[in-house]
Amino acid sequence: MKAPPFTYHAPQSIADAVALMGSLDNARVLAGGQSLMAMLNLRVAGPDHLVDLGRIPELSGIAETEATISVGAMTTQRMVERSELIARHCPLLTDAIAHVGHQQTRNRGTIGGSICHLDPGAELPVVACALDAELIATGVSGTRQIAFRDFPEGYLTSQLQPDEILVRVDFPKVTGRTGSAFLEFNRRPADFAIVSVAVQITLDDGGSIARAAIAFGGIQSAPVRLAEAEALLVARVPDVQTWDLAAQCATVLDCDGDELYPADYRRDLCAVLLTRALRKALRRAGERSHV
Amino acid sequence: MFDPRDVSITVNGQLHERRVDSRVHLADFLRKDLLLTGTHLGCEHGVCGACTVLVDGASVRSCLMLAVQADGRHVQTIEGVATKDAQLHPIQDALTRHHGLQCGYCTPGVVMTLLELDGDRAGRTLGEDEIRAALSGNLCRCTGYQGIVDAALELFGADVASQTNTKTRSQA
Ligand code: FES
Ligand code: FES
Repeated sequence: MKAPPFTYHAPQSIADAVALMGSLDNARVLAGGQSLMAMLNLRVAGPDHLVDLGRIPELSGIAETEATISVGAMTTQRMVERSELIARHCPLLTDAIAHVGHQQTRNRGTIGGSICHLDPGAELPVVACALDAELIATGVSGTRQIAFRDFPEGYLTSQLQPDEILVRVDFPKVTGRTGSAFLEFNRRPADFAIVSVAVQITLDDGGSIARAAIAFGGIQSAPVRLAEAEALLVARVPDVQTWDLAAQCATVLDCDGDELYPADYRRDLCAVLLTRALRKALRRAGERSHV
Repeated sequence: MFDPRDVSITVNGQLHERRVDSRVHLADFLRKDLLLTGTHLGCEHGVCGACTVLVDGASVRSCLMLAVQADGRHVQTIEGVATKDAQLHPIQDALTRHHGLQCGYCTPGVVMTLLELDGDRAGRTLGEDEIRAALSGNLCRCTGYQGIVDAALELFGADVASQTNTKTRSQA
């Protein structure tokens, strides 16, 4: 089908975009369009106004501070995929991006678009969840910082206000002996995940686990942290028993199910993927050390 | 409701200045305004890849991009791939020889994806996995993909890369 009629706006600055979003009724932000354009063509979205952020250069780019990698909301997934800075300091993001759509959609799709759209099967929100990413949003009344954990409000819904746009996402850099892994299960590569898992573990000098982060996607409307397993892993020596204990925590996760992939099936996937991801992350932690 | 916008878009090297309704996507603009019907529409919601074109050298699904968003940009479509004297591009030639197409509906998209891949590889040889990953966004209902992969392997693969480099072939 074809998109329903709307009025198109292409502001050239963040201030103009925010002013438009604050004054127009039933307006939607157009980022890379790889979800929204499909929703328009399928007529499941019908905004009166479309505010395209694609002509605002300051929203795009990858920068480094001492502790973080800052990714502009309109940075394309392809730029992230190819960024050496991100591969070095935020390898979990590089790992995950390979699962996001196809090269034709990564060329247009953006980091901010994916995180704000919050598709339950999407990969980037899971990474943001696992890494405790900080989101910087600007609205009519100013700029604020939102921890990703507070960001989702429900299915496909974030806590951004109607006048707010996401400006950038700050991911913490890895430090010390840290390894990460992103794994997902789906029927065909590049589909949305039925279940995905993001893991990052840091080892102390003695080889025990100092810190662990585990997040799942695909099982509820928003990504879920497995805090119980994270706590349980700390101070343990990583071995088969340790992984089994973590995987056991995953078997009681609260999972949504449907006719194709019932909750039990997804829980099994969680446990299997978690064990594999932990092993992979551990191997990588052993291989690298970040100072 | 008509929400007209003036755009200037360079397509296959030629500048086009038109007035378009803002909701018209790039594929419809190419097909209906410029009568370049080589870009096909399979699904119109980002799944099949038949509508793949290059925008500033990067492959995109032209059903998921508005024509207004291409204002000021360079677009390359299948019509711009073969040389002026109607010589097939090496990618088209290889697809033909390897039976990489049957009905041809997906083929324009496949060719554009392979063109981008050829540019990205910058002379590096590619393995079958990389080729299949690059082609994963193009659905084909006829060939079972093997012929398409074989054509790409002949052009970009390790064994014969030295003799069949697309650059040298297209100049020959
Ligand atoms: S027509 Fe654009 S992806 Fe199918
Ligand atoms: S040749 Fe018929 S769809 Fe590919």
